[in-house]
Amino acid sequence: MTLHRGRGFASINYPIGMNLGGDPSQALVHSNPDGKFMVALSSIDLGQGMKSVTRQIAAETLGIPVEDVYVDTADSDTGPHCMGSFASRGTHRVGNAVIAAAREARSVMMEAAAQELEVNPDDLVTDGKGNIHVKGAPSKSITTAAACGAAQFKQGRTVSGRGIFLVPLSDVDPDTGEMTPVTCFAHAAMVVDIDVDDETGEVTVIEMNSAYEVGRALNPRLVEQQLIGGAWMGMSHALWETTEPYYPDRIHGPVDFNEYLMPGPGDIAPHHISVLERPAPDGPFGGKGPGEMCANPVLPAVANAVFNAVGVRIDELPITPEKVLRGIAAIGGPQPQPKW
Amino acid sequence: MAKKPIQFQLNGSGQAIFAEEGSNLLDVLRRGVGDLSPKYGCGQGTCGTCTVLVNGEPRLSCLTLAETVEGQSVETTAGLAHGPQLHALQHAFMDNFAAQCGYCTPGMLMAAKALLDRNPSPSREEVVEAISGNICRCTGYEPIINAVLAAAQSGGRRYG
Ligand code: FES
Ligand code: FES
Repeated sequence: MTLHRGRGFASINYPIGMNLGGDPSQALVHSNPDGKFMVALSSIDLGQGMKSVTRQIAAETLGIPVEDVYVDTADSDTGPHCMGSFASRGTHRVGNAVIAAAREARSVMMEAAAQELEVNPDDLVTDGKGNIHVKGAPSKSITTAAACGAAQFKQGRTVSGRGIFLVPLSDVDPDTGEMTPVTCFAHAAMVVDIDVDDETGEVTVIEMNSAYEVGRALNPRLVEQQLIGGAWMGMSHALWETTEPYYPDRIHGPVDFNEYLMPGPGDIAPHHISVLERPAPDGPFGGKGPGEMCANPVLPAVANAVFNAVGVRIDELPITPEKVLRGIAAIGGPQPQPKW
Repeated sequence: MAKKPIQFQLNGSGQAIFAEEGSNLLDVLRRGVGDLSPKYGCGQGTCGTCTVLVNGEPRLSCLTLAETVEGQSVETTAGLAHGPQLHALQHAFMDNFAAQCGYCTPGMLMAAKALLDRNPSPSREEVVEAISGNICRCTGYEPIINAVLAAAQSGGRRYG
């Protein structure tokens, strides 16, 4: 039995969102009588941080503390329309919709404040702490809560805003097939080190080193969290997971967690991540979306590392011990490739 | 089916309940007592999210006959915090971003608590071993392992 160390590299361009129907998302923002704001969305937070990041975006745009913003993603029947939480589109599409809605709501709030202070709305600024004051004269001020209360109870205004983000659908040129389905790409590059056991065919991931370019990291800890978890999924897809049976007959397919294989806490490898920030011109505050891209570079990098370790080119996932052993047998024994 | 009276301690307070014979502890906790903190994942002992402690030992409540906890002490995530005072593990899970969707979290917390209660300063390997019966789909495990180690470092203190 010999362990063969291998190193594989992969880099990817990852499109944010999709082209279908222009991929729109809407957001609605309104103030409550207590001056706190509600953001209504239909894009669900399934742990990726949709609520946190749209809350930050709304607070920043409205000019109020993040604590004063609630995000409600409760029900896609009653909420504004959204294509959904997938395709790494949430931050980019929904974030832009939230900015548009929050801008509109903010302008009503500023008008309401101006009427109360008897000044021109253009002379007003927010301090981000819950106050609106005259530029250069902080003492001439009103709280955002008082402004929203006045709008609601005295002025008869709704402090609210609507937002939509839509990248116009790009048609396919009938002659060339050319189209521009994507306005925003995220990028990643990864180096994976593995060991291949030439007796058992087992592949062990030793270390991952990666760089992810995600636009501006709007919430750096959430970005990091996504990258770590997503890369684990990539490793899982590369070496373990499949809904297809490992063997030809359908009845050998996995039906529960005993048979649907995934790497456990003992199978993970150190993963060193660099996050590169290149704000996207059309992203909300420059944000793109880590999303699915977290997983993508791991699969080709692992496949390349297997080739580097034993000279076997496997082009069907997952890379199971059986495929590795058959591959090694087919080339008459392991053929380690040049080391780095 | 006949119902059977069961009495046990749940997070330090007495429970008396009639449960159908043969029902599992997870069902009795969730539907009988109304403690929704242990989750139903697979119902067959393979995911770990239903983990509770029985006399301090981690148990898969979906596979535990409710009758067997008669007179025993059961702990769930609902008993971790004392009022507004979160348990060190809960703090550490937040600080280390150890939850995304949160589905595995109750089981992870209880598996980790069982470990720290008997071994206040575990090695990384011991943490891995302690949570190896619990599946997480989201985090890649690393943040969870780090959270448990951080909670141990904080001395397992409660702080609010
Ligand atoms: S629900 Fe008990 S182990 Fe999955
Ligand atoms: S946080 Fe989603 S399963 Fe662990």
